[in-house]
Amino acid sequence: MIYNRIAFVVVLVMLGLISVAIYVFNPLDNFDNNLPPEESLIIERVTSSPDGFIAYVRGNHRQPIKISQIQVDGAFWDFQQIPDGPINQLATAKLLIPYPWIQNETHHLLFLSSTGATYNYTIDVAYMTPSPNNKTLFSLALIGICVGLIPITLGMLSLPLLRYLGDNSIVFFMSLTIGLLGFLFLDTLEEGLELTKTSANAFQGNLSVLLASVLTFLGILTISWRSKPSTNGIVLATWLAIGIGLHNFGEGLSIGTALSLGNAALGSMLLIGFAMHNLTEGVAIIAPILKRKITFAMLLGWLCLAGLPAIAGTWIGAFTFAPHWNALFFGVAAGAIAQVIIEVGRSIWVMRSTLGDKFIVSNAFAGFGMGILVMYATAFLIQV
Amino acid sequence: MISKLFRNVTNRRSFLGAGALLPLTPFLSSTNTSANNSPEPNSIYKSPHAHAGGMTTVGNVNHLRNGFDPHSLLTDWEVGTVSQDSAGKIIRKFEIIAVDIEIEIAPGVFFAAWTYNGRVPGPTIRATEGELLQIKFINKGSHPHSMHFHGIHSAKMDGIAGAGLVDPGEEFVYEFTAEPFGCHLYHCHAEPLKRHIHKGLYGAFIIDPDPKLHSQNTTIALSRQLGTDENKKWQELVMVMNAFDTNFDDKNEIYAVNTIAHEYSKRPIKIDKQRPVRIYLINVTEFDPINSFHIHGNFFDYFDHGTTLTPTLNKVDTVMQCQAQRGILEMSFSNHDSGHYMFHAHQSEFAELGWMSMFEVV
Repeated sequence: MIYNRIAFVVVLVMLGLISVAIYVFNPLDNFDNNLPPEESLIIERVTSSPDGFIAYVRGNHRQPIKISQIQVDGAFWDFQQIPDGPINQLATAKLLIPYPWIQNETHHLLFLSSTGATYNYTIDVAYMTPSPNNKTLFSLALIGICVGLIPITLGMLSLPLLRYLGDNSIVFFMSLTIGLLGFLFLDTLEEGLELTKTSANAFQGNLSVLLASVLTFLGILTISWRSKPSTNGIVLATWLAIGIGLHNFGEGLSIGTALSLGNAALGSMLLIGFAMHNLTEGVAIIAPILKRKITFAMLLGWLCLAGLPAIAGTWIGAFTFAPHWNALFFGVAAGAIAQVIIEVGRSIWVMRSTLGDKFIVSNAFAGFGMGILVMYATAFLIQV
Repeated sequence: MISKLFRNVTNRRSFLGAGALLPLTPFLSSTNTSANNSPEPNSIYKSPHAHAGGMTTVGNVNHLRNGFDPHSLLTDWEVGTVSQDSAGKIIRKFEIIAVDIEIEIAPGVFFAAWTYNGRVPGPTIRATEGELLQIKFINKGSHPHSMHFHGIHSAKMDGIAGAGLVDPGEEFVYEFTAEPFGCHLYHCHAEPLKRHIHKGLYGAFIIDPDPKLHSQNTTIALSRQLGTDENKKWQELVMVMNAFDTNFDDKNEIYAVNTIAHEYSKRPIKIDKQRPVRIYLINVTEFDPINSFHIHGNFFDYFDHGTTLTPTLNKVDTVMQCQAQRGILEMSFSNHDSGHYMFHAHQSEFAELGWMSMFEVV
């Protein structure tokens, strides 16, 4: 036992010695003679107000960065930095730029550091960044409802119709749910990875998204596998509602951010498109309980779990912006959705053993394929 | 998927198209409806800066650390040391040293410059036509450099490879007769040319006319010759239009006259309205095909290259120059109100990126 402890100390001592040796001899010394200081800046968000632009920036390198001048549309412009001075790695600063910007037009910002390096940011379409008053919150909530509550309610309304389906048709719908979740999983993950492009390097964007996704997946799996494979459709429907809710929260975040940053072209056609796209989410939630007695309260509960997060998402997306946190959230959501896929898969497996010879495999595959196709097709319709 | 949709919307037309369908009227109403219904101009911007003028670099350059002040560059003539040979011909000797230094070209923005005598632009070499010039050039920089004079000289004195291109640690003496009279320049002719010039190796080279050689226009020639009584009536200023590419993308981030962005608009050049103004204007701007000079509230006579004693352009308020083109501007404020008179490049782009200046006429 005592030897084990000594071995541990030896490792620590050697680690220390190696650190000292590297510091003293600096094998990298030959490679960075007279290099200009490295530095990097992330421009996280620029809002437009009656007093001009407000830029929120973050230091992106060990070497602090000093913003010496700012150009707007190719003209040096007055600005004030809060707090003043060089910006350390991961530290943030706010830059007030009293520029007479023009409604509906594009503006280019260029930040010139003390070394003469430049960092660009483009405001695609400038318009007043909404302030978080009641009217704005209400409008955002309406958008959230269009994307979440309404389509899910409509999807759930198919319950009376679907109740008359046979066992193998239920298998079809359950598989359809897996297809749909698969689409949502990829979409969410991609969204998270996309966001990491605008977040500071030290957060190791891509890795943190994937890590969050895997850890969430394993975490929820550990909890859910304590119970037996879920023959209980109510539990499964709840898992589905949570997974879909997380995805809709992410969708809300994206919409809110895009609206407040002036890179959104959200017309009513788009909103209708989103609603159609999310209609299948309602069908997915009720797929496990088609043969079960449920109460109205349960339906309402699932509806809220799946639909309300979209509203919260639009609010948070519109008034806060931290790409690394948002990216991390998308990772968590993707992990949760992956876990729900496993849950639905397990219950299809249970149905297979109950049905025995009567189980029609092609129904399962057809449902899965149909799920993905429906999602792809509605997404396609939104884009064109 | 959603954010991808939004990011693709970069052109304005699609935004306006979608605007027709906007369901978000309450969301945007604070901006849109007021603009449509009120007779007020469609401006959201309320800051007092809209009228006060926010176009500026922020802060001040430390001229002490730079080692040169743009205001003293205006009138700092390098006349060398004068001697005579046995035949009575005047010999003017100069010593110019190339050194690498870091200079602050706009408040807080530092540029790794190559310089003549530690300043950008280099010293304004001034002589009178017919004199023998001996310019000893010592290269203490990190790359081969030269001094290529725009003037009349032998191929051996041209400052190109094999004719006075000087390796680091070496030196060379350029020798030639000062001619023709006018407003000229010198610059490094080592290759790559663009990089050597735009890093700061250029300067003004002024040859005053010898009044004895211009019997028709003696008074004018006297007024151009440094140090004469006629010349002392004038306010003479050297302005080298230059620019800097700070991020090496072959486009300039900063424009100026005499290097420091916005310097003469923050600290205007004082002009005595009783005395006429003569500007030696030289364009060395790299990357942009032309640069220009425009004066507010006044007109000037222009002598292209300064090689004539009568104007080549009469009464203009704007003149343009390609790189290495130069000329003399003569103007008077004697009948003007006192006050601030702007002058700047009339490429608005250059003006707003630093080439903006002011005369304070008193």
